Amino acid sequence: MSYILIFISAVFVNNIVLSQFLGICPFLGVSKKIETALGMAGAVAFVMTIATIVTFIIQKSILEPLEITFLQTITFILIIAALVQIVEIVLKKTSPSLYQALGVFLPLITTNCAILGVAILVTQKDMNLLESVVYAISTAIGFGLALILFAGIREQLSMVKLPKGMDGTAIALITAGLLAMAFMGFAGIVR
Amino acid sequence: MNQQSNLKIFLNGILKENPTFVLVLGMCPTLATTSSAINGMSMGLATTFVLFGSNVVISLLKNLIPDKVRIPAFIVVIATFVTVVELVMQAYVPTLFESLGIFIPLIVVNCIVLGRAEAFASKNSVGKSALDGLGMGLGFTFALTLLGTVRELLGTGKAFGFTIYNEQYGMLLFVLAPGAFIALGYLIALMNKLQKAKK
Repeated sequence: MSYILIFISAVFVNNIVLSQFLGICPFLGVSKKIETALGMAGAVAFVMTIATIVTFIIQKSILEPLEITFLQTITFILIIAALVQIVEIVLKKTSPSLYQALGVFLPLITTNCAILGVAILVTQKDMNLLESVVYAISTAIGFGLALILFAGIREQLSMVKLPKGMDGTAIALITAGLLAMAFMGFAGIVR
Repeated sequence: MNQQSNLKIFLNGILKENPTFVLVLGMCPTLATTSSAINGMSMGLATTFVLFGSNVVISLLKNLIPDKVRIPAFIVVIATFVTVVELVMQAYVPTLFESLGIFIPLIVVNCIVLGRAEAFASKNSVGKSALDGLGMGLGFTFALTLLGTVRELLGTGKAFGFTIYNEQYGMLLFVLAPGAFIALGYLIALMNKLQKAKK
């Protein structure tokens, strides 16, 4: 039951982009078309799940026993950077079609703060391994949901005539604000 | 690049290439930590320190770091400074550290810091890089403080904790998540308008 709660909470109530402000850069950067949004969402889901598992194991088996948790930030970012490289190389060899779809987005992921954010949040919330995995996957789904919804809106928005100053980032941010307001409607489902 | 005077480099980050309003980089901390003016300013200053430190160190090391591994090397330098900020804040301003929470370690992945390391510090002298880091940092701080003040004023009727008008007339929305997006959207629109008027 608690896993379902984690899922609903991460996808709707505490949506990573719209209420926790993580991963805004790709959210604004690759949301001009639905296809690229889908690619990015897939790549993030993939890396986020693996990164959370690996950083969790490192945290529990190396950093905590040796009492060097203050090195968490450095360790985690290096693990994520290395992991993205490995994923890229492995995908290129084993599944060229998947690599084709996700390829361009992989290098961008290192600087996606959602990945590092989730890895750190999981250790802060003191979750166990299974909970962490569920949390990572649901967060990625939440990210994908917000990204794809937003891309859909922006595709329509590009056909609208706007006041000069509003064009581009400004209107995108205001749209995101309205979307965030819609997601606030989910608050209260899960405490 | 060599003809640029030092003052110009410094002002570049604050006005012409303001990281938030013009380059639109580092959005996550910009939106998340500006629920009040004080929080926004502290986050800006923490980032300024990291930018300044990493720019200086990277420009000192630029001839020692092999080109192929420069990005990981930059990240290690940046992460070191972030850890310093993290530990210092935890020790001396624990309440602020609590309220900024996860966004302190996340300075590591702030695109501005890595962006300046790659675009400026790895190509320029130490002095210029230091000025660039400081200028960019202060530009970021300025943007965050401005956004924080606007949100705090509209949301709770206060600015830097001082009451301007009665709190019950405040729109709570601006302190919550959607308000961050909307306030920043309008601020950027305003900046665009002002830039166009200048030309």
